[in-house]
Amino acid sequence: MGSNSYINDKLKDDIGGEGCLTGSVKKEAGGNICILAVETSCDETAAAVVKNGKTVLSNVISSQIELHTVYGGVVPELASRNHIEKINYVIAQALSDADIKVSEIDAVAVTCGPGLVGALLVGVAHAKAFAYALKKPLIGVHHIEGHIAANYIEHDIKPPFLCLVVSGGHTQLAAVKDYTDIEIIGKTCDDAAGEAFDKVARSIGLGYPGGPKIDAEAKKGDPYAIVFPKAKVAKSEYDFSFSGVKSAVLNYLNSVNMRGKAVNTADVAASFQKSVVEVLVEHTVKAAHDYGFKQAAMAGGVAANSLLRETMKKTCDENGIKLYYPSPVYCTDNAAMIGAAAYYDFLNGKRSGLDLNAFPALKLGEKVE
Amino acid sequence: MKILAVESSSLVASAAVWEDDVIKAEYTLNNKKTHSQTLLPMIDSVLKSSDTDVSEIDAIAVSSGPGSFTGLRIGAATAKGLGMALGKPLIAVPTLDMTAYNIFKSHALICPIMDARRNQVYTGFYKNESDFEVIKQSFAADIKEVLYELESLGDEVIFLGDGVPVYKEFIKNHFACPYAFAPAYMNRQRAGTLACLGAKYYRQGKVVSAQSMVPEYLRKSQAEREMESKH
Repeated sequence: MGSNSYINDKLKDDIGGEGCLTGSVKKEAGGNICILAVETSCDETAAAVVKNGKTVLSNVISSQIELHTVYGGVVPELASRNHIEKINYVIAQALSDADIKVSEIDAVAVTCGPGLVGALLVGVAHAKAFAYALKKPLIGVHHIEGHIAANYIEHDIKPPFLCLVVSGGHTQLAAVKDYTDIEIIGKTCDDAAGEAFDKVARSIGLGYPGGPKIDAEAKKGDPYAIVFPKAKVAKSEYDFSFSGVKSAVLNYLNSVNMRGKAVNTADVAASFQKSVVEVLVEHTVKAAHDYGFKQAAMAGGVAANSLLRETMKKTCDENGIKLYYPSPVYCTDNAAMIGAAAYYDFLNGKRSGLDLNAFPALKLGEKVE
Repeated sequence: MKILAVESSSLVASAAVWEDDVIKAEYTLNNKKTHSQTLLPMIDSVLKSSDTDVSEIDAIAVSSGPGSFTGLRIGAATAKGLGMALGKPLIAVPTLDMTAYNIFKSHALICPIMDARRNQVYTGFYKNESDFEVIKQSFAADIKEVLYELESLGDEVIFLGDGVPVYKEFIKNHFACPYAFAPAYMNRQRAGTLACLGAKYYRQGKVVSAQSMVPEYLRKSQAEREMESKH
């Protein structure tokens, strides 16, 4: 579960058979809610079945990392092409792994933004048609709300709490007032944290994806070897800026090269990572303190970074803040988190229409029907 | 036998319900590229207005390409989602086959052209005099090469498709054979035509499973082309 699930032939028949529409939904009043969730916002084609926003019955992720590695980053058109090839197999696998009939699904959820528009559209168009033909409710889910909801899967955390969302596309501090009431209190002014990891990784020859590669390389280096500036923004204490530290790394590499010396990539990785992690932790703890949050959570791909997890835990402990974060498989893009978020939207009565669109720049807290 | 036809390969969005050689409902828009919002409501509309429950559909015909990459994927994803939920096959009809099939019982060669940008067109050569024949399957080429090849065939040609407004003057000035431009009621993609050709292909056994159907783009992504030109 959680890795690249292999698609078998048998399930195609299970799914394709007639009678998918027959059979009543066996659900007692106030009983279980099973949601089929689909996620195609970037470079993972993912589908999951989640019961009551918590029990992950299946979590299938078809990663395209290898496809994009030669380009040094995600190529949107290739991502979209890969999604359309994989989507039926991934959904069929999710239903098969969950050992559930489509008739037993209570709703279909799909990420409708933010993300790459062409990639989002594959999931949105597919999920809409699938839900329509099955006569099931459809719920368009905010990708970042999904990342935050990943915390509900493995922990008993309940709002209100503060959540640091850090990924390749996003860096935000969110006040989670209720399951479906989220407000941004801090964000990056330029690059996302994960983007900075990718760019630095590329500049020191570690390749794509940068996050896990820097994490591993940094373990071999000295975080105090080089002093890089912290990713702060003057006058806005909860905001971030990562372009400065990224430029500082590039300048450092240039100057070392000019002097004809060899770059110690492990030291660069460790020092860069320390600079980014420190500011993420400082801002999170300060915001939690200022807003009076006793609980904090992390979400998104960068939340899988080992130094961030370790430092955030230690600092939160020292400040009397209870910290939660998901297992790495629920940090990176997945559909289980979309199924978890959709459950609360479902209970809240949210239903999306046949005209649901993809919203590439959807802001956190912005509602779509 | 009921076929739902879904068309969104170009500026046109179109949906139709076909039942036993009758187009029972058809809805075509040629206005704005908002297919992601309009296509499924249009499908719902043709099904409702023809008193057809979606579960009665036996196959889904969809334009398989070429066309707008995103447009093709919206159509394909919609058809794949419907086919998967209903457990029914798809009929992947090449966009240019469908466009050419608008012309009936003509001795002329039928040449649909779609603007492919970068000075290219997507085209194919067809005849529909006694039976529908694909003379040359869909390809992408410079309009000059296309006209040169048509001249070598020597037939009268009917041009149609959204490439006509772009290349009309060029054709008028450079094409040596007799030709005509098809009128508006038969010169674009239409789900009704798609359903009819889809039914023909269905009877010939030309169906694909919902899971395996993918669009035929006829062109690699820009990133792939740039990568190849470097090596």
